[in-house]
Amino acid sequence: MFGKDIIGLENFSPDEIRQVLKSAKEMKKIIRSDVKKLPNLRGKAIINLFLEASTRTRTSFELAGKYLGADVVSINAGTSSITKGESLRDTLLTLEAMGVDCIVIRHKSEGAAEYAAQIVKPVIINAGDGAHAHPSQGLLDLFTIESHKGRLTGLKVAIVGDILHSRVARSDIFGLTKMGAEVHLAGPKTLLPRFFNFDGVTVHENFEDAIKNADVVNVLRIQLERQQAGLFPSPREYARVFGINDERLKLAKDDVLILHPGPQNKGLEISNAVVYGEHSAIQEQVQNGVAVRMALLDLTLNGAVK
Amino acid sequence: MENIWEIHKVHANIKDSLLIKGGRVIDPANNIDEISDVLIIDGKIAAVKPDINFEAHNEYNAAGKIVTPGLIDMHVHFREPGQEAKEDFESGSKAAVAGGFTTVATMPNTSPVVDNAALVRSMVQRANDVGIINIKIIGAVTKNQAGQELAEMRDMIDAGAVAFSDDGKFDDNAKIFLNALDYLSGTGKVIICHEEETSLVKEGVMNEGARSAILGLKGRPTVAEDIAVARDCLLAEYTSGRVHIAHISSARSVEIVRDFKKRGVKVTAEVTPQHLTLTDEIVNPADTSTKINPPLRTKKDCEECLKGLLDGTIDCIVTDHSPHAAEEKDREYIYAPSGFPGLETSLGILLTDLYNKNKIPLPKLISKMTYEPAKIFGLDAGTLSVGSWADVTIIDTDLEWTVDAEKFYTRGSHSPFVGRKLKGRAVATIVHGDLMKLL
Repeated sequence: MFGKDIIGLENFSPDEIRQVLKSAKEMKKIIRSDVKKLPNLRGKAIINLFLEASTRTRTSFELAGKYLGADVVSINAGTSSITKGESLRDTLLTLEAMGVDCIVIRHKSEGAAEYAAQIVKPVIINAGDGAHAHPSQGLLDLFTIESHKGRLTGLKVAIVGDILHSRVARSDIFGLTKMGAEVHLAGPKTLLPRFFNFDGVTVHENFEDAIKNADVVNVLRIQLERQQAGLFPSPREYARVFGINDERLKLAKDDVLILHPGPQNKGLEISNAVVYGEHSAIQEQVQNGVAVRMALLDLTLNGAVK
Repeated sequence: MENIWEIHKVHANIKDSLLIKGGRVIDPANNIDEISDVLIIDGKIAAVKPDINFEAHNEYNAAGKIVTPGLIDMHVHFREPGQEAKEDFESGSKAAVAGGFTTVATMPNTSPVVDNAALVRSMVQRANDVGIINIKIIGAVTKNQAGQELAEMRDMIDAGAVAFSDDGKFDDNAKIFLNALDYLSGTGKVIICHEEETSLVKEGVMNEGARSAILGLKGRPTVAEDIAVARDCLLAEYTSGRVHIAHISSARSVEIVRDFKKRGVKVTAEVTPQHLTLTDEIVNPADTSTKINPPLRTKKDCEECLKGLLDGTIDCIVTDHSPHAAEEKDREYIYAPSGFPGLETSLGILLTDLYNKNKIPLPKLISKMTYEPAKIFGLDAGTLSVGSWADVTIIDTDLEWTVDAEKFYTRGSHSPFVGRKLKGRAVATIVHGDLMKLL
């Protein structure tokens, strides 16, 4: 994977996914140790180009780079020259000229990361492009599921909520189906993509059918502006009909694992009790996120596991 | 007049003449499809018949080539006034000549919008000053194309506007649109309608379908077009007004137009080469060249558009030539403007993907690009009738070439057809008797 641009999981082979998960397991030990520093990326420079708001993904990439010994600089939308009207092309060329090895990019537009990869030589890592892809989130979801279930093949994974606008859902779909899991999508029809036609994925009309006997339920964030756009009538009704709470979870398997990409709207798409309950791996996802990003940076920039 | 070619030019005081020899002349307006010569004298067609014996100033050997009336494109964006970085009348005219077009009509969504007689008059003047091809001016239906108040269309007709359109957007206000149809009653002028219901395509950047679902790009559903087409057909029926559906792209819309035509409603329609041959399968969010409104649809939509073209539901072919400056298109998908240039690729694409694959007979294809648009818009063009302006296109249907943006005359650069290997193109374009050899 040395030199590979990480655009989306559609461009990953199952072997590459396994490679990342294996490496992330080692990286997780580093995060948990007292001296969180490896020399692997010493002398490498990483830019976090975040043109859309983010706390956890940006911090996660930043720490991942630092734990591996790289120099990491973060640029945020508000402070970049993009606000002065500089094009994305020129911003990227400017960063490239400064000698960076990797640009981690988050952007509102679908395709922005791939576009960036066409323009500059440094490794491009997509940290979210519109509703298209968020590969490191998809990989950390796989990592979290596998670490609890011991496998991915044959699992029933429900992804519920705002699938339409979700890059997380799309990355999970590619990752999970490549690893042999079954994916079930559900939510209000206004938040489901129409004409969704993908091997290994079932789109449910009935919300409960998706959760029934699920091994994993990944609860997506509901953005409140979707209500203003007329996609659902009120947070209250959403929570009642589509929210994940203990009662509804009884439909799933007894050992169901709950994921959420964060940040949560508690009491809307997920109840407080479920977030902090025994099935929840939500906090663990955050730590796994750093481990997976360390793995991605190491594999693409270090070439340690060629 | 019929026999002017028999008179020796010295005696007739002829300044210029051109004899096009031995081509297959296809002139749908006169039902001609035969090997013939075409004689042009002083900018006018003087004769169309086999074996003309005339000592012309110039000769063009068209053996093995197709000789047709100059192609017409009733839907181009030449961006004047105000957006000359994208295109102007000169660069657009050269692109037209390169593609075999001798007459085009410019859409009014410029800056400012062409919505008054003074602007139309200056555009007509500008077209004459540039003088490379015939440029017709389309005026706006509503002031500033805002869909709120009628523009002074009767003044614009007197100033030379050939049709009206708020192209680029759909007039959501049905009452204003109905008023526009009524107000044009008796003028013979047509309203060209961009058909996408606004609320359904807000923020959409590609066709809503299986492809948008997996890419995450926001969709523009076919039902947005179908609703708009149906509404405008109903209003045409109700008012007896004349509606022309711009760049039709949805299978269901074709069906709607077909039904209304059967009912005798005065509706006509146009389609572009891209909506006949490209699908949303080629949309890649890292490449904005596929971004266009209405968007590239599915295979079924392409097939129905072709069916509609063949059975007469769709009357003519246009390019929707929409150039943008390279730096405007070279950016993130959601921010890039919609549209791409089409004048220089249209004929090549149609010959390669339709004619050379036996999907359309040549006389029918030519008719959709000459006689039929001229008839709809009442243009003094699209025919080789003796005495008419000598606008002629000479086509080689077998010539192989590759679309190269570096060689474009248009200022637009991003097109999904760039890099395509094509078979067939215009090899000479003649405007008012002036021969412009392209190869």
